[in-house]
Amino acid sequence: MSTPVSTAGTAGAIGGAGDALLEVTGLTKHFPITRGIIFRQKVGAVQAVDQVDFSVAPGQTLGLVGESGCGKTTTGRLLTRLLEPTGGRIMFEGRDITHLSMGKMRPLRRDIQMIFQDPYSSLNPRHTVGGIVGAPLRLQKVKTEKGIKATVQELLELVGLNPEHYNRYPHEFSGGQRQRIGIARTLALRPKLIVADEPVSALDVSIQAQVINLLEDLQNELGLTYVVIAHDLSVVRHISDHVAVMYLGKIVELAGRDQLYAAPRHPYTVALMSAVPVPAPVRVDGRRQRRERIRLSGDVPSPLNPPPACRFHTRCWKAQEVCRTQEPPLTELIPGHRVACHFPENTAASAE
Amino acid sequence: MPDTLLDVADLRIHFPTSDGLVKAVDGISFSLERGQTLGIVGESGSGKSVTSLGIMGLHHGTNAQITGHIKLDGEELVGATPGRVRELRGSKMAMIFQDPLSSLHPYYTIGAQIAEAYLVHNQVGKKVAHKHAIDLLGRVGIPQPASRADDYPHQFSGGMRQRAMIAMALSCDPELLIADEPTTALDVTVQAQILDLIWDLQQEYHSAVIIITHDLGVVAELSDDILVMYAGRMAEYGSAEDTFDQPGHPYTWGLLASMPRIDEARLERLVPIKGTPPSLINVPSGCAFHPRCRYAGFTGGRSQTEVPELREVSPGHLAACHLTGDQRRKFRTELVLEETEASTARMTQGEA
Ligand SMILES: Nc1ncnc2c1ncn2[C@@H]1O[C@H](COP(=O)(O)OP(=O)(O)OP(=O)(O)O)[C@@H](O)[C@H]1O
Ligand SMILES: Nc1ncnc2c1ncn2[C@@H]1O[C@H](COP(=O)(O)OP(=O)(O)OP(=O)(O)O)[C@@H](O)[C@H]1O
Ligand code: SF4
Ligand code: SF4
Ligand SMILES: [Mg+2]
Ligand SMILES: [Mg+2]
Repeated sequence: MSTPVSTAGTAGAIGGAGDALLEVTGLTKHFPITRGIIFRQKVGAVQAVDQVDFSVAPGQTLGLVGESGCGKTTTGRLLTRLLEPTGGRIMFEGRDITHLSMGKMRPLRRDIQMIFQDPYSSLNPRHTVGGIVGAPLRLQKVKTEKGIKATVQELLELVGLNPEHYNRYPHEFSGGQRQRIGIARTLALRPKLIVADEPVSALDVSIQAQVINLLEDLQNELGLTYVVIAHDLSVVRHISDHVAVMYLGKIVELAGRDQLYAAPRHPYTVALMSAVPVPAPVRVDGRRQRRERIRLSGDVPSPLNPPPACRFHTRCWKAQEVCRTQEPPLTELIPGHRVACHFPENTAASAE
Repeated sequence: MPDTLLDVADLRIHFPTSDGLVKAVDGISFSLERGQTLGIVGESGSGKSVTSLGIMGLHHGTNAQITGHIKLDGEELVGATPGRVRELRGSKMAMIFQDPLSSLHPYYTIGAQIAEAYLVHNQVGKKVAHKHAIDLLGRVGIPQPASRADDYPHQFSGGMRQRAMIAMALSCDPELLIADEPTTALDVTVQAQILDLIWDLQQEYHSAVIIITHDLGVVAELSDDILVMYAGRMAEYGSAEDTFDQPGHPYTWGLLASMPRIDEARLERLVPIKGTPPSLINVPSGCAFHPRCRYAGFTGGRSQTEVPELREVSPGHLAACHLTGDQRRKFRTELVLEETEASTARMTQGEA
């Protein structure tokens, strides 16, 4: 297993600041909320992503996990430059790409690709599989050795689809197969970094495993680097080397996968993990029992007016006055494990 | 004496379509006592919702062909008049759906809609009904129910809408409550709240509950008994304990092996079920699972030609599979070993 020792570098670099493929510092996206039609007035902003730091080493997978609306997709769209950041910096292969113009981004589009959640709506129903998978090659005017068709057929084979289905349409495929088509399209330009937004959440359990295995095989064969966005904590543990937990636009915890799952430190992470239903019924004297878990009250607050200081304080059972007044910084508690909390769990102190 | 409320026997629900006959439900039998919960699991399209709509008499007005028996408290519902079934729905049985937004009317307040549901079956005044609605909202955990009753559905969060739906379903103290994917659209911490709520209400009302989901974790948390469906048929039926501890059907094995689990050692590799779920118009011959089953070659050709009957694999625990008891134990042991090796291989690798 390859848990690189963190060098505790600037901006929470994992795997050493120097050799990161992707490094993100203070990344922020606020969506302005405006009112009025003629005189548009800014009345507020959705703080979708706020001061996010992380980095990913080549060949590794970073999992981004958190509940609906916490800013996962927005982060993904910022990384792939589908959205313009409000603040912060994105470095790719040591180069600042934060505000590159469309034209300057074009060659980079080959290196950074995104897989979308919905295998149904992300494929144009009027185009054949060959057309869809070959489109990036045509758009980027890539010279292929054996021609586009042969290249596309190779890609289809790579993702486990029948190359002879080149002329079929998306509706002729199942959900899992469509997700494979999307992955083949992503791979056409031989990217270095793939941002996968909920790549398996629309799929049936038995098909999920096929696609997860495929993503892992492709990573090993092609040396790909992944940022995988998912709300399913079990999937994230399976697929990631490092995991970042997001809550209301902030990263609240960031650690190596085994460390995080063995001893989560942020109360939110602890609650999130204990909420996952597991397929092992609890029985006492043959009667079903309720599973012990931490129960959070209420829903996630609106990112339009996030709670001040620690954003989790409205739902946290450990909240104290300081949590409502001082924002806990994301600090490295032990090597490679960063937590933003004044009273973290699972520490030597809290164990006693 | 068992306090049986619902008895379903050889239920078949077929839809004639221009492409052919869709055998959405093809021979389902189970029974359910008061105070007990049955979990129905299966992949998308396996017939879970068609079954539950059938019990609720909601296929009236469609071209569904329904045969078999559905006995609610001894009363036969197959062939009962639509008027009689409507009377029972909302008085004796109620249902909550996956997407509360589609079942709540956008133009009426939440309180008015719950009061309306109550008025249909109770000769009371508007005031009393409204007070009852507020009571119910409080019971399902809506804070400040008296003022929130005047909100419209869009002013509620997803979790609160699902609570409102449950309040509406409870408005007439149903003896049978069917919850079809009640938490699929919700975040995991909110899902935990709703599962808790269903649990508590069942304790209080002593109702029989059917919970339908594709999430094996959710059924394990709530169910006494589990029915695994595949292609409209029963693959396995038994107590939750037996089904999870000693699953008897290769499809159930496959489901368990293909899902990453947070409560067990991480597997280096998932074991997917190959292929895709079948079409219900051209259900594979013999055992519907045979094109995807790795053991289909061990039954002397019966898997391909003969529909397996449900047989006892242990007392009260049924599976529809041609494998002999010895084969089943041998293959199951091998599969568990294969998984253990996948996780230990990784651990030794990590130590090196
Ligand atoms: N274009 C936009 N304009 C305004 N607000 C937006 C926009 N896009 C996203 N948001 C808001 O930003 C927040 C973060 O959204 P995002 O889609 O990143 O969440 P997510 O973590 O991907 O959630 P999910 O798990 O539901 O996909 C949400 O509150 C969302 O409503
Ligand atoms: N009115 C209908 N006419 C024809 N086919 C139908 C009709 N209703 C349902 N079906 C088909 O019956 C099958 C079973 O559908 P059902 O909704 O019960 O699946 P499900 O197990 O609930 O799946 P999901 O997990 O996706 O909700 C599907 O193939 C569906 O297309
Ligand atoms: S900082 Fe305070 S409120 Fe925030 S998670 Fe830690 S203990 Fe809870
Ligand atoms: S009957 Fe045959 S194909 Fe069906 S589950 Fe059993 S072994 Fe597999
Ligand atoms: Mg998203
Ligand atoms: Mg359904």
